[in-house]
Amino acid sequence: MLDTVIPIAYGLVTLAFLLSFWRLVRGPDAPDRILALDTLYVNTIAFLVLLGIHLGSALYFEAALLIAMMGFVGTVALCKYLLRGDLIE
Amino acid sequence: MKRLPQLPSRKKTPAFYALRRVKACMPHPLLSLSLTVLWLLLVNSFSAGALVLGALLGWLIPFATSRFWPEAISVRHPGVLLRFLGVFAWDIVRGSFQVAGLILLGPARLRPAFVEVPLALKTDLGISLLANTISLTPGTVSAQLSADRQLLLVHTLNTDDPAALVAEIKQRYETPLRQIFEEGDA
Amino acid sequence: MTDILLSLLILAGALFTFVGSLGLARLRDFYTRLHGPTKATTLGVGCLLVASAVYFSLEGGSLSLHEVLVTLFLFITAPVSAHLLAKAALHLKVKSLAPPPDRPAPGPARD
Repeated sequence: MLDTVIPIAYGLVTLAFLLSFWRLVRGPDAPDRILALDTLYVNTIAFLVLLGIHLGSALYFEAALLIAMMGFVGTVALCKYLLRGDLIE
Repeated sequence: MKRLPQLPSRKKTPAFYALRRVKACMPHPLLSLSLTVLWLLLVNSFSAGALVLGALLGWLIPFATSRFWPEAISVRHPGVLLRFLGVFAWDIVRGSFQVAGLILLGPARLRPAFVEVPLALKTDLGISLLANTISLTPGTVSAQLSADRQLLLVHTLNTDDPAALVAEIKQRYETPLRQIFEEGDA
Repeated sequence: MTDILLSLLILAGALFTFVGSLGLARLRDFYTRLHGPTKATTLGVGCLLVASAVYFSLEGGSLSLHEVLVTLFLFITAPVSAHLLAKAALHLKVKSLAPPPDRPAPGPARD
């Protein structure tokens, strides 16, 4: 049963990647692009977890944890830049 | 607003002094406990060695970071907290299904609105917990806190009756949070 | 039995992840787009992580709970990023379908 479900899940997550990427390219505003980047990293975590289950390896978990932390810091830094960059210039 | 940790009893009984000694050698017991659990999860094992190292870290880190925690967190009604966590978990699931349904129905049906929620909560912890709860539960994202900390601006995905939404947020989330973290402070 | 549970969790997780991104691509203004990734995607990844915890606990023979760490982290950070993004968008006066309260309604909402 898992063998049929995992390819479907791969497909769905890949579609999620494409949709987020489309929003990243399309914009139209800076917050939209940051939101798209944010979604992309969460999708990456989903993909890594799936890969871990598929290959039966717990190694991917460390990568997922690191991406979660770095992604959050990146989103916060970009938002702070938007909130403050405009005030200074 | 820096205050001394609130002790449950003002009378100088032996229990008072014992509690004060405990507070002196472990200023944030909840933080220590969470740090220990965090360490055990991080190393993903429950061996005695990991437990000892985790407990040691959980004991030492609050001292090193005590400047970040000016207010001691105390939970006043554990029962209310448990019920709140249950409601919260259920609302996360409910909210995700609702948002998924609205997305699949399409953008034409949405009635988005900005709603202002007047806050009765006063402490940083209470307000941030309320804001995060609102963001994770049905159809609402907290957007901005006013400078005087009296109003929380909330964006909702689909509503016909903003007043009912505000009432629901206040009754469902704010009241228990006040009971748990702030009762007696105000 | 556990196979069915795992499959359901994986399928639900992937579906919610997909729907979150669909919302991001499909909805019409920034503030409504914010809802999809904050709630649906977070719960989706949460489901996948729970599936992973169950899978490795059964596979490895010992309890594997460190997935809970990522789940907790995501559930704590998702509303914070959403709040900051909304704040940044309000600051930049991004176009909105709903009239923001401190400004007069900007005429009929356009797509």
